[in-house]
Amino acid sequence: MDTAVSVRGLVKRYGDVEAVRGIDLDIGTGEIFALLGPNGAGKSTTVEILEGHRKRDAGEVRVLGSDPHLAGRSWRARIGIVLQTAGDVEEVTVAELVRHFAGFYPDPRDPATVIEQVGLAGQARRRVSRLSGGQRRRVDVALGLIGRPELLFLDEPTTGFDPEARRQFWDLVKTLDDTTIVLTTHYLEEAEALADRVAVIADGVIVAEGEPSSLGGRARAAATVTWDGGELRTDTPTRTVAELMSRFDGEIPGLSVTRPTLEDAYLELIGGEAS
Amino acid sequence: MGTSRAWFELKVFFREREQVVFTFALPILLLILFGTIFTGDVNGVAVSQLYTAGLVAAGVMSASFQNLGIAIAAEREAGGLKRLAGTPMPKHAYFTGKVLSVLVIAAVEAVLLLAAAVLLYGVKLPGEVGPWLTFCWVFALGLTATCLMGVAISGLPRSAKGASAVVTLPFLVLQFISGVYIVPYTQLPGWLIDFASIFPLRWMCQGFRSVFLGDAGAVLEPSGSYDLDRVALVLAAWVVGGLVLCLLTFRWKSRREG
Repeated sequence: MDTAVSVRGLVKRYGDVEAVRGIDLDIGTGEIFALLGPNGAGKSTTVEILEGHRKRDAGEVRVLGSDPHLAGRSWRARIGIVLQTAGDVEEVTVAELVRHFAGFYPDPRDPATVIEQVGLAGQARRRVSRLSGGQRRRVDVALGLIGRPELLFLDEPTTGFDPEARRQFWDLVKTLDDTTIVLTTHYLEEAEALADRVAVIADGVIVAEGEPSSLGGRARAAATVTWDGGELRTDTPTRTVAELMSRFDGEIPGLSVTRPTLEDAYLELIGGEAS
Repeated sequence: MGTSRAWFELKVFFREREQVVFTFALPILLLILFGTIFTGDVNGVAVSQLYTAGLVAAGVMSASFQNLGIAIAAEREAGGLKRLAGTPMPKHAYFTGKVLSVLVIAAVEAVLLLAAAVLLYGVKLPGEVGPWLTFCWVFALGLTATCLMGVAISGLPRSAKGASAVVTLPFLVLQFISGVYIVPYTQLPGWLIDFASIFPLRWMCQGFRSVFLGDAGAVLEPSGSYDLDRVALVLAAWVVGGLVLCLLTFRWKSRREG
């Protein structure tokens, strides 16, 4: 697997506080990689160091083969960044803004195509100030995509979206086949829907890493079988269901078999079971 | 790419209607106010002529220093600067775009003000090339110096909301002590003139007075002469100093983000 991002022993301090305390990461080319973690866990700091927006105190960082802190314009032409907030340009139209940004890149995508891709074809000639919050976010994404990036950073891209808009956004991300994506999000279902792999950061270190379906031993964890009149936590749910079938002689009323969700696994990992 | 940025900045500027009206109408409004309150002449120089020179200088500084100081603080707070810094846009293109767009805005402003001065108060514009050449270099040097001051001061306010106060206050004080509002300039106490002499606005006013008052007005200067060589020297020093200051202090991220 080609490596798009490689991090070894990353450390970042703010004054006396160690925000990032020795992180290792490998993200393969073409992979969608999600970073999860509570606010203040070191997630944004890590991503900002990868983007070249912040200096590190120790460790090795390689992003598309370069040290982001020293990399120049040709490196920035190969990445796209969608920041958490970037709502400054108001009185220009979507098309004007996207075309303007296209001018920064050596080999940009076609602005009209990108605008259509993010679902703003109908708003292309509308001023950014007249767009809804979700539509503005799509403008941010369009500006992140316009340079035909090999690596795209999406920092909490769907915060404030309604469920339908979120799903549309996921569909958009899924169309970016050959783009490596580093995603941070608060929505576990988002990570599950999009990411090939996830890492959970808590207190400045990575506490778990893997496919969303197996994170935190999820796949091997005990299942819970519930039915009208009972509930059982078991490692052998199939046997339990078979027993229930014979007991009820046919349909089992109110039957469900569940494994811990990604959210359960996540909360366990960051030590927040209580919430 | 700098010109593409300038074009974009101008588009944004001219679409903020309130800002456009404020920027272009304020100097003219002040000219009408002062022209109405103070009439007649000083030592044979019409007061409206004096105010025209001062208000051209203040207009340049408003388009550059005030406008940039506030606008850049807002862009920084909203994350727009950080977004630009993450693209391959060369950093200097951002500043070139700012300076070029301010140049256009200030030129339009000066033309409108001079037109109003001629139409309303019969202000006489110089008929020879010499004074207009002086006008051009004072305009260009003064604009560049005050642009850089604006870029530098944009980093001071803690938030975009505070920017307006942080930028407007020193600008207002400078206008009072540099010979914009209070003319002839020799009325001010010497120590205040000395203090104002540190900053470019005083010298821009003096340079523009040499253009619009001619030799007859030189007696109204603190030294009895326009000292154009000194005007050039101080403004050029501010260009160099301002550039160094900007290179040392400019931040693409907001202070909150560290």
